[in-house]
Amino acid sequence: MSTEAVPLPPVAATPGLDQPAARVLMWRHHLRWWEALPWLAAVAFYFIFPDYLGFATALLVTILFALSLDLALGYAGIITLGHAAFFGAGAYTVGLLAFHGIWTEPITSLALAALAAAVIGFASGVVLLRTQGLTLLMLTLCTMALLQEAANMAHDYTGGFDGLPSLDIAPLFGFFEFNPLYADTQYLYTLAILLVCFIFIRTLVYSPFGQSLTGIRENPLRMHAVGAPVRRRLIICYTISGAIAGVAGGLWAQTNAYVNLSALDLDRAATVLIILILGGYGRLYGAFVGAAAYLALEHFLARIYPTAWQLGLGLLLVIVALYARNGLLGLGEVLWQRYFVRRAAT
Amino acid sequence: MTEIRLETRALRRHFGALVAVQEIDFKLAAGARHALIGPNGAGKTTFINLLSGALPASRGRVLLKGNDVTDKTQAERVKLGIARTFQINRLFRGLSVLENVCISIAERVGAAPSMFYPVGRRTDVIDEAMHLLDVLKLASNAAHRVSELPYGRQRLVEIAIAIGLKPEVLLLDEPAAGVPSTESHIILDAIERLPEHIAILIIEHDMDVVFRFAKRVTVMVGGALFAEGTPREIEANPQVRAVYLGQASRG
Repeated sequence: MSTEAVPLPPVAATPGLDQPAARVLMWRHHLRWWEALPWLAAVAFYFIFPDYLGFATALLVTILFALSLDLALGYAGIITLGHAAFFGAGAYTVGLLAFHGIWTEPITSLALAALAAAVIGFASGVVLLRTQGLTLLMLTLCTMALLQEAANMAHDYTGGFDGLPSLDIAPLFGFFEFNPLYADTQYLYTLAILLVCFIFIRTLVYSPFGQSLTGIRENPLRMHAVGAPVRRRLIICYTISGAIAGVAGGLWAQTNAYVNLSALDLDRAATVLIILILGGYGRLYGAFVGAAAYLALEHFLARIYPTAWQLGLGLLLVIVALYARNGLLGLGEVLWQRYFVRRAAT
Repeated sequence: MTEIRLETRALRRHFGALVAVQEIDFKLAAGARHALIGPNGAGKTTFINLLSGALPASRGRVLLKGNDVTDKTQAERVKLGIARTFQINRLFRGLSVLENVCISIAERVGAAPSMFYPVGRRTDVIDEAMHLLDVLKLASNAAHRVSELPYGRQRLVEIAIAIGLKPEVLLLDEPAAGVPSTESHIILDAIERLPEHIAILIIEHDMDVVFRFAKRVTVMVGGALFAEGTPREIEANPQVRAVYLGQASRG
């Protein structure tokens, strides 16, 4: 029932489909010209700032992590403060496999990282997604804390507080080395994985399944009343979101060649939440804008006020929370429209 | 005799010691236009919740077309043909009117679990939704976000979502509640234009609405059925007048 063949649109559109509202829905998933910009910028960055590729790789990983959170929080409305649980699960999967010399091939390692995170997402989702609101928030936090403590206590395998240093990652396709001094391979590899995951997420959010997730976000009780298996949908979404966060964590481990408990930290979970709110949640590109803005702010503010750079970030968050509920991207949209409306009027 | 669509047998629901609905035997025929009236707290909405499956019954059975659905969830009953609206709007407020209806239709036709093609390719769903909005005179609002609509129009969306499920039994919980009387005719017109074969049970406080719309009326008092009959009979029933219609009775 779920994945039957896609019916082709009728040749002659009926008058209903000619209405503006129907057109919006029918064209919503089509690519816009500006959607090429982040990818062009990423490629340009590679050539223009070869010395900053390590920093840029971290940015790409953060974007992917924020995208995974957007799927759960922005689209399905799953309030979570424990998303680093999946990031950490992915990171430790890659780390453990590599450190103990079991498996070092990067791409299959990432697939295993996704699988491990998905299993944790599914198992915790089955339990957690019975609840909502504050209870859900606390339980996601608890799940993450439990995982972190488990990683801490399993010292013999995980290195405990010290983590797993100097991971040996096999060359990509048996040829491209992960060189810690020159991040070329890491950057392009991360960019490619991000693109693949992004295409997947974009397809998902514009699909009927994605639409039903927004329905659950907007009114779960009504979704029950239209016959939707709400909890099943949420569990599926949470599992997929967890898997993608696991890929982000796996990439983080591979590109840094180490894993430690910070992968499972509340600090990481809170940061990605801030990034998403800053950029704008439930709108795909909010993750890009938020991550870029956050890391740029961190970079420059830390240079000006090394001890109190978070003060500037806090102020910006207050402003966003008060005046730009849809984040920087939402603010940009408002300004863009205002500019065009004004121009069209004159 | 027309066939029975929905039936309850000794249906009961209590919350602790409070009996909200007690041993109700009720029948809704195919194509019925049946009003459920009663004073506040009579258990009307609880009764609807038991029928739709939003609340489990404490005792008794619910039968849809002769099949026992008492143990089915709300979602399962929707698939079997019971749809409802809510006394207080439960809409997808941040989405467009068209999307609100598309979500419901996508759920009915089984498109909703699909992950790998865009919503826009299901032109059958979108077309049906536009058609439905057209019938309900909502087409001009199709692109509007629900939260931007006046309340009366939102009440229409509430009905549109339920109709999108193509129900055989439709439970309307005070469809005109909160709508200024100058606008309530829009809602009534819409209800009157619904396909005849649907069995409709409507909770309503406004007696004008009840007498205009209903062919049968059931009065509920204190969680129990109090009287049933045609609108004329109910109106003329001295006991009903005493407990319920009171000074609101029409002379």
